[in-house]
Amino acid sequence: MTDVTSTIRPAVGQASRKPGVTFVRLLYVYAVLFIVASIVLIPLVTTALGGFKTLGDLRTNPFGLPDMWQWQNYGDILFSERYWRMLWNSLFISVFTVVLTLAVAGMAAFTLAHIRFFGSGYLLNYFLLGLMFPVATAILPLFIRIRDLGLLDNPWGVILPQVAFGLGMSILLMRNFFRNVPQELFDAAFVDGCSYIRFFWSVTLPLSRPIIATVGIVAFVQSWNNYIIPLILLTSESNYPWPLGIMSYRGEYGTDWQLILAFITLTILPTIIVFFAAQKHIIAGLTAGAVKG
Amino acid sequence: MASVTGGLLAKARKAIRENARPIRRDKVIGPSRLPVLLLFLPPALLLFTVFVMLPMGEAAWYSLYNWSGYGRPTEFVGLRNFEVLFQNRAFHQALTNTGLIMVVSIVIQVPLALWLAMLLAERFPGVVAFRLIFFLPYVLADVAAGLIWRFVYDGDYGLFAAIFGFFGMSAPYVLADRDLAIYAVLAVVVWKYFGFHMMLFIAGLQAIDRNLLEAADIDGASRWQRFRYVTLPLLAPTLRLSIFFAVIGSIQLFDVVMPLTGGGPLNSTETLVTFLYSYGVMRMQIGFGSAAGVVLFLICVVLAFTYKRALMRND
Repeated sequence: MTDVTSTIRPAVGQASRKPGVTFVRLLYVYAVLFIVASIVLIPLVTTALGGFKTLGDLRTNPFGLPDMWQWQNYGDILFSERYWRMLWNSLFISVFTVVLTLAVAGMAAFTLAHIRFFGSGYLLNYFLLGLMFPVATAILPLFIRIRDLGLLDNPWGVILPQVAFGLGMSILLMRNFFRNVPQELFDAAFVDGCSYIRFFWSVTLPLSRPIIATVGIVAFVQSWNNYIIPLILLTSESNYPWPLGIMSYRGEYGTDWQLILAFITLTILPTIIVFFAAQKHIIAGLTAGAVKG
Repeated sequence: MASVTGGLLAKARKAIRENARPIRRDKVIGPSRLPVLLLFLPPALLLFTVFVMLPMGEAAWYSLYNWSGYGRPTEFVGLRNFEVLFQNRAFHQALTNTGLIMVVSIVIQVPLALWLAMLLAERFPGVVAFRLIFFLPYVLADVAAGLIWRFVYDGDYGLFAAIFGFFGMSAPYVLADRDLAIYAVLAVVVWKYFGFHMMLFIAGLQAIDRNLLEAADIDGASRWQRFRYVTLPLLAPTLRLSIFFAVIGSIQLFDVVMPLTGGGPLNSTETLVTFLYSYGVMRMQIGFGSAAGVVLFLICVVLAFTYKRALMRND
């Protein structure tokens, strides 16, 4: 499960030995895949192209290439403060969500993996309860709590709940990984008088890069795309991360679809670039996170 | 060479461990555990309790009050919020829609994903590209996907308008139609999430021992028989996992619906969470909204237990 994209083993469906059958089958496979791929891609490509059109052009010709390439649609957004502030807000929230998740979950997972103490089993189950319930069940009391803490409309008011709701999965994944650290290392280190904290820092963490990457990617993607938590906890537009930003942009420009499409394209562009640049890690992270959980 | 030294090392380590054991038995074993317990556990415990567990408990408490969120809740109304909730038409619609989304996810999306995974687990040119393309919608934010599809469905400018215009018809306003809107939402849900399930299945398929399939092939099993009697049983754990995610995702569907319809027209695409948002959060009815949250919570509990029981029985 570590490497979805590059280890292609023909695990299933051994091609029949007759060449004719193989050819027909291949044709059928490609036909299916091309149809599905176009259903996936056409809305995305139309969105990107739509951003280059005028509204009239969009109306008469939503599929094809633009009559006149309207670079201005994109240019205006790229030079607007709004776009960059939105991305910056998202980045700020996501980076600190990842850092805090890794630190807090890592420490708890280490303790739960290696130290026997009274009630450790119960404690793990307590954290795992968080896996079962969606954020929405507690969103109103969460709003009250954040308001009472004075964190409403503050990025930290979004970061802390995001970290808290991600803890269940992160602790589970990291604990399972930490438990596999060889016993010999422990014995050797402890005989030398190493403390648990030192061991965590200089042995466990360096050995745990794969799981740190996985948990980090999951936390980052979830935070980057999160909508409901910031929607309820942020009120002023200058604090909006991008999912809220495109919604309010769309509210403002109503049916000026060409602008909205350009805006959507530019906001999902970072995701798409990062996805294709680091696809192996992202797919492995997102699915492995799920599978091992 | 490397393995020889490795073996020696392991032996040496074992010897060291055996030698060390009696010494360590005399003393208290290992370094002190107290600093770790005091330093490493409280942050997680605190965050989790304050932002996850307490709010869930408070939801149950608030649900018994009529409260606008200002001051402290004082107007105790007992179970009235739940009474009102279950008489609410929009809530019925939300329950039905959530059920429908769950059924479609399990009956259409999961088999579709499995079928595509079967095709993409073979080796042929372009297979990696197809996997990436199919997974792409899953990494996009739900909100962006929803907005893109809102454009696709737009009766004036969108792709639907163009397709219908090509045949000389005027396009229906799918998202404004009470009867059609929910199916439009369902299509987007399938479009957005099938790639994730497909990746799960591809991973599951790659873990299957090829020899079993070859043996079946030699015994003259047809493609379908190999799938039905070899692949599918071996894939059962992945299938259960995929269904689990489909169910969880359906219960909390919100982000996709908001940009598409916002629960409208006339509440026809309301899900449990959009209902909670528009009736609880937008109207600042903390008590009523919390009651909806509690119902959501109970549904999760029931599903978790049902799921666990089904799982235990199968294993």
